[in-house]
Amino acid sequence: MSGLLTLVRDHLLTLTTFLPLAGVVALVVAGRRLEDGAVRVFALAVALVTFAVSLLVLGHFSSGTPGFQMIEEGWGSTAGLSYFLGVDGISLWLVLLTTFLFPVAILASWAIRTDVRRYFVAVLVLETAVLGSFLALDVLLFFLFFEAILVPMYLLIGGWGGERRVYAAVKFFLFTMAGSAFLLVGALVLASKAGSVVGHPTFDLRELTTVAATLPAGTGRWLFLAFFVAFAVKVPLFPLHTWLPDAHTEAPTAGSVLLAGVLLKVGTYGLIRFNLALFPEASRHFAGFVSVLAVIGIVYGAVCALMQTDVKRLVAYSSVSHLGFVVLGTFVFTQQGMTGGVLQMVNHGLATGALFLLVGMVYERTHTRQLDAMGGLATPMPWLLGAFLFVVLASIGLPGLNGFVGEFLVVVGTFAVSTWFGSVAVLAVVLGAIYLLWSYQRVAHGPVREEHRNLPDVTAREVAILAPVLALLLVLGIFPSLLTRTIDPAAKAVIAHVQPAQPTTDVGATQLASGGGGSP
Amino acid sequence: MIAQQLATPKLVFQPVLPELTLVAFGIVGMLYEAFARRSDRRLHLLIAVVGLAGAASASFALWHWSGDAYVLGDTVAADRFSVIARIVLLAAALIAALYSTWSAKEEPATYRGELYPLLLFATAGMTLITAANDLIVIFLALETFSLSLYVLTGITGRRRANEAAVKYFLLGAFSSAFFLYGVAMAYGATASTKVTAIATALSGTTGTGSHALALLAMGFLVVGFAFKVSAVPFHMWTPDVYQGAPTPVTAFMSAATKVAAFFALMRVVTVALQPLQLDLTPIVWALAAVSVVGGSILAIAQKDVKRMLAYSSIAHAGFILTGLTNLTSTGIRAAMFYLVVYAATTLGAFGVVLLVERGAKERTGLADYAGLAKTHPAQAAAMTVFLLSLAGIPPTAGFIAKVGVFEAAIAAGHWGLVLVGVLSSVAAAFFYLRVIVQIYMQPAPAGAPVRGEGPANVPEIVVGVLALGLVVLGMFPGVIAGILDKASTLTW
Repeated sequence: MSGLLTLVRDHLLTLTTFLPLAGVVALVVAGRRLEDGAVRVFALAVALVTFAVSLLVLGHFSSGTPGFQMIEEGWGSTAGLSYFLGVDGISLWLVLLTTFLFPVAILASWAIRTDVRRYFVAVLVLETAVLGSFLALDVLLFFLFFEAILVPMYLLIGGWGGERRVYAAVKFFLFTMAGSAFLLVGALVLASKAGSVVGHPTFDLRELTTVAATLPAGTGRWLFLAFFVAFAVKVPLFPLHTWLPDAHTEAPTAGSVLLAGVLLKVGTYGLIRFNLALFPEASRHFAGFVSVLAVIGIVYGAVCALMQTDVKRLVAYSSVSHLGFVVLGTFVFTQQGMTGGVLQMVNHGLATGALFLLVGMVYERTHTRQLDAMGGLATPMPWLLGAFLFVVLASIGLPGLNGFVGEFLVVVGTFAVSTWFGSVAVLAVVLGAIYLLWSYQRVAHGPVREEHRNLPDVTAREVAILAPVLALLLVLGIFPSLLTRTIDPAAKAVIAHVQPAQPTTDVGATQLASGGGGSP
Repeated sequence: MIAQQLATPKLVFQPVLPELTLVAFGIVGMLYEAFARRSDRRLHLLIAVVGLAGAASASFALWHWSGDAYVLGDTVAADRFSVIARIVLLAAALIAALYSTWSAKEEPATYRGELYPLLLFATAGMTLITAANDLIVIFLALETFSLSLYVLTGITGRRRANEAAVKYFLLGAFSSAFFLYGVAMAYGATASTKVTAIATALSGTTGTGSHALALLAMGFLVVGFAFKVSAVPFHMWTPDVYQGAPTPVTAFMSAATKVAAFFALMRVVTVALQPLQLDLTPIVWALAAVSVVGGSILAIAQKDVKRMLAYSSIAHAGFILTGLTNLTSTGIRAAMFYLVVYAATTLGAFGVVLLVERGAKERTGLADYAGLAKTHPAQAAAMTVFLLSLAGIPPTAGFIAKVGVFEAAIAAGHWGLVLVGVLSSVAAAFFYLRVIVQIYMQPAPAGAPVRGEGPANVPEIVVGVLALGLVVLGMFPGVIAGILDKASTLTW
């Protein structure tokens, strides 16, 4: 028995990653014998167990240590692909965000009536692919998971989406695949260079880091760009973002939640994990360029959001803007920026996930996503719209809620490097407040339409979906140090790697973070 | 007294036992067809299966062959390289025989007993070509399987099939002429047609007249092979023949012809033409590039799934050639792995095509796949695996195979070609996705047949096994990569 426990403890990451896939196998084997209702409950149970296991990962994680922990290494092949998982202070929270949002998304999919089994198979495959992306430390293994994300998401959008779902699904697939094509070539070139440095082709991130350090600057920069394109599509960074509004708008609610909540984070995570780690010189070289793209994205996303009449499209563009913050924070190479960026990833995942949930709930009642066809909905549904306001406030960074600290840290970290970028970022924060509050106003206030007068308020299931998310928004707003405690050392390590010469300007990001909302 | 001066080669038949077995059983089938009043397809199938099984066990025995590396006067190689090819080819033939039998059962009007012996003769030619160490033997084997395939293409006697057969025959004869001309020039340059002897002779010819002749020989031989593997610009026959031939034959042709021709090509280019590598690599590079781009782009416009798969097979020839820009054992191994995966994938994909078209109604249009996920969920799932594998998306074996050939090309410094390859894969993903869109995202037309509860039929079982195998291989490529490692060194 204790042997089994040790086995589980030593393979927690593998277990977390592949539990959903095990659920898929069970669903496929059970086949048509399982009723739709049973399929839903089973999928939810699998996702919850995965969440529980990921909490064990958190329990075993020793915070305060930089570098990878709980490393698992398995088979390696002659081609250089090896099974190599590990977690650090950055990926830890993305894993938890993923395992947390998946049960929520599954609960939000209760109303799916067509092809229920296939739907949940796709969702669970997606979960394994995303978790694998966050945990893989072998570049090819990462690529494998990264590409595997495409298929289930494509099926979710194309199978259960809105009117133009096929168009949106194909666009999503081709954009992402075109980007990742460059990543694959970059990884293969890097691995072949490894042949002459470490003696054998390898995709092991640790070995590749030493290999990349020996490359001439020119080669490193080209490889940086190859990796960058793949992640820039995924984030998405301006001008590669055009797939996102379509995908978000056409995806079913759970699809939007997962897309915004976790999938986009794979892009920003990839930038930190691979671009910064493998190509520090090129990262410094291109930092200005990337920051400009990020700032354009921040402003452009905000302006576009301001002009939308479709509320889902509005939230989609707000994602472009918010993810721009994350990239900006990452590429200013200050402690606060990096910590803030990572924090912002988690916060955005929760807040935007919640926004899409709420938009979905409103849509289920009113059957419209057009802002001018709503109005006054707070009258029939005070609780639902109250929750909406709460999430909107969290999203625009009201102090005390989770959005504040991340944005604040990014802005502070940016000002330390460039007043211009910092000023534009602040402007975008204001714009964010405008478009979100304005859209809230157009949804909730004003005269209520006749056909909306008798709409029901939140149901018990919806409370079960929203309550944990809203609670987290509040908790993380008050105690951001829960996260920053582990993010800080990892962020510091990344910065030190990118800018080894310069002593890190440590103003004490953790102190700042706790200053934002009172120490726990 | 000439007989005394000629050294008669020692006759060792074991390395060609698989071919002898196949031919023997082919003849048995032929006689049965000729003398039976009404031949029974089940008995035909039995003869074929026994023949294939016999050939397979003879091939397995060669894995541990400890005799001479080259036998029968150095015209046939007894190496593991050819054993791998034989096993794949025999499996493909078995699957084709099973498909044909099912198809004949569903549509008795299309049944022709000659199919089975022809299939065995074609297989014999294909397995022989992978072991042949003499350009003349390669040519003989090439003609053996090509002639059988011409007949197989037109075996139903339908108009479209006949047209395809004639087209295939004319262009095939054309390419044979190219090949034969190449053989003649190679003989002119090196005074030998033996693959190993050519290599030795070419080693010291740089800058001489024979070198120029050897280059010409190389060009003609490569063109001959390029026809058979359907690389652009020698691909014109492929779409028409794939579409016109009965689906079981198309399945066999797409998998087995490619495997056979590529294994022979690999032996010729890495052994005989090894000294000309510097001149050869740019040609392979160019063929690979135009094939991946041409195949992928032309496939986008197709409305017929068989035609689409034909263009896809052209693109795949390009991917395999991409791996062969690295003419070392790394490239060979990658190409071998790719061929094994491609054969399994294309056999499976055409299996689903066969199931969907259900006999002779030529239901092979894209629209015929609408709502397949509703009406035939298992077939739809299998087809998805095959399409993803063709597109090279994890966790299917197609992904590992593609990474393998790209790795090999990059190791040889051809990252530009790899970039062309990956970008073409994105274009290619588009038309594979179109089928998936039809399968999952379009409603089934009213009155479309729905799969009942009954037990799986033979093609369904085959397709299921292949799909499962591709996924398992995609996750654990080591399963066969280790075996291929032992077979990828061509010695001379």
